[in-house]
Amino acid sequence: MEPITVISGQMAPLPRANVDTDQIIPAQFLKRVERSGFGPFLFWEWIHDAEGELDPEFVINRPEYSEAVVLISGPNFGSGSSREHAPWAIEDRGFRAIIAPSFADIFRGNCHNVGVLPIVLTDEEVARLTELAENPNNEVTIDLAAQSVVSGDLRSTFAIDPGVKHRLLNGLDPIALTLEHADEIEAFEATRPGWKSSLLPAPSTE
Amino acid sequence: MSTPRTLFEKLWDDHVVLSDTDGTDLLFVDLHLIHEVTSPQAFEALQIAGRPVHRPDLTLATIDHGVPTANRELGILDPLSKKQIDTLISNCERTGVALFDINDPRSGIVHVIGPEQGLTQPGTTIVCGDSHTATHGAFGSLAFGIGTSQVEHVLATQTLPQPKPKSMSVTVDGNLPPGVTPKDVILGIIARIGFNGGGGHVIEYRGSVFEQMSMEGRMTVCNMSIEAGARAGMIAADEATFEYLKGRPYAPTGIEWDEATAYWKTLTTDPDARFDTEFRFDAADFAPYVSWGTNPSQTIPVTDVVPDPSSFSDPLDRDAAERALAYMDLDAGIPVTDISIDVVFIGSCTNARIEDLRAAVAVIEGKQIADGVEALVVPGSGLVKLQAEEEGLDQAFLDAGFEWRDAGCSMCLAMNPDVLQPGQRCASTSNRNFEGRQGRDGRTHLVSPAMAAAAAVAGHFVDVREWS
Repeated sequence: MEPITVISGQMAPLPRANVDTDQIIPAQFLKRVERSGFGPFLFWEWIHDAEGELDPEFVINRPEYSEAVVLISGPNFGSGSSREHAPWAIEDRGFRAIIAPSFADIFRGNCHNVGVLPIVLTDEEVARLTELAENPNNEVTIDLAAQSVVSGDLRSTFAIDPGVKHRLLNGLDPIALTLEHADEIEAFEATRPGWKSSLLPAPSTE
Repeated sequence: MSTPRTLFEKLWDDHVVLSDTDGTDLLFVDLHLIHEVTSPQAFEALQIAGRPVHRPDLTLATIDHGVPTANRELGILDPLSKKQIDTLISNCERTGVALFDINDPRSGIVHVIGPEQGLTQPGTTIVCGDSHTATHGAFGSLAFGIGTSQVEHVLATQTLPQPKPKSMSVTVDGNLPPGVTPKDVILGIIARIGFNGGGGHVIEYRGSVFEQMSMEGRMTVCNMSIEAGARAGMIAADEATFEYLKGRPYAPTGIEWDEATAYWKTLTTDPDARFDTEFRFDAADFAPYVSWGTNPSQTIPVTDVVPDPSSFSDPLDRDAAERALAYMDLDAGIPVTDISIDVVFIGSCTNARIEDLRAAVAVIEGKQIADGVEALVVPGSGLVKLQAEEEGLDQAFLDAGFEWRDAGCSMCLAMNPDVLQPGQRCASTSNRNFEGRQGRDGRTHLVSPAMAAAAAVAGHFVDVREWS
């Protein structure tokens, strides 16, 4: 994963509460076995009108927002399913960060693994950023090391788990980090009681 | 004397391989369940990195999300679903992961088969690339949904680095009114604590209502914990849990059963343990519920009227209610019992177990579904289907005009051919009423199996308490 240091650029405002994973990417697009190429399906129902044509009014369809790298949305963003296809679609569409008053837990963890930065700010800060984002000429700068968000008159800081921050700043592979502890894992496995369920040997199907 | 701990804290502590200084713990995973939709990219990344599956013996795969539930003899006609399923089969063959294939009667919805096989046991950590993994918490286990990168992490290491969530208790004491089912209990809880009311928390359901509930009912409750935003939901194991597990294929036997149950009995919240957040409700205040909106907390008793968006004080809630009514094509103020339905879906990891099917049959026996209503029953697993057929439930459904299908996730998320047509309105025993969840422009009302069955017969919602 590429390190994340500073994210700077245009914001897209999506001031809705509870943007769920079925809105971010509907289930019919989860049949692909690839990890990339989900961007065109992002917000599939919302980017289209009732006739199935692209809705020119929806924010990410508007040409003046074509350079947006940060999504500004409402509370409980990413609620619902565990599908990592949701942050994959967001990333594939060019977004590097999402700012909202709160995120669903699984979605937030998935973003960390995909390399999209989920940032929690207060309701007031998100409301101000939404106002600023209504003008596509306004930009935002997110500095992960400083944990800061700056746009126009807004200067705020955000919290992030220190381990996640270190991993994202340095673009580290979490599996490689865990495998450094293979000895501890093996030691733990040796303490597991024998009656813990195991698929081996496979029981008969009788 | 040791510090009093909650059930959740005991489960967590017993699985910590090591604690990082930044507050993240590396948790050991006792059971990793996988399915075709959220695993292919994980297997591929593992293969590219040259990493083996660390513990195939603790991993079970099934095929559930994309399988057709009718005309299986024709094979899987959707080429994308077929490729996804074939990919899982070859990944399992290559890595030695056990797979319950489509024609294996043990196959079915991943959250139905784990408990059915006795793999879901108290005191275990269970993960799956599916948000409804919390279902398994009904057995006093710590079970939660993960994304595909985490599936890869567990395949490679059998562990997962996790920040420790907060603990929450939701206590419901007293006696549920007649006609109020486990599905109504969890819908009522979500309506009360909110769509993200459990965010950042693991919920333990406590109180006499859950103690008296069947294992199937407990699974229904824990299943929908994610619909309140919770990381997991759990209920302490008790005699009902042991009774359910004993003799199942993967349950311990002999002396190991005795050792296991001795440990399982220690897995209860200590009397003086503290939760970060506590809720307490009276069972008498619960009713049969129907969701009216596009998230599961937008739910009201069947005796109510559809709420007016102007009654919500928060502007985002008001906006959400307006959007929901427009999407659902409902007017504020109309009685829930005046809402007509086109489709009835009885199924999903929430309500497709034998007890759910029995509850539906009890309502429809001797009756016919209303003209113009399509109704389908999709059992949670091949074994649920076989048991239902032994009990004659299939015939009761068929006689009433329902379709009797093969097991799978089906219309809960419409990844297979079971899809609502635009504008169709569905009484569904599933877990999510998001926009487009059951098909583009489809309208979902979440209800219990009994409420869904009664709606099929009446053609509109009815209060099952007044059903004869």
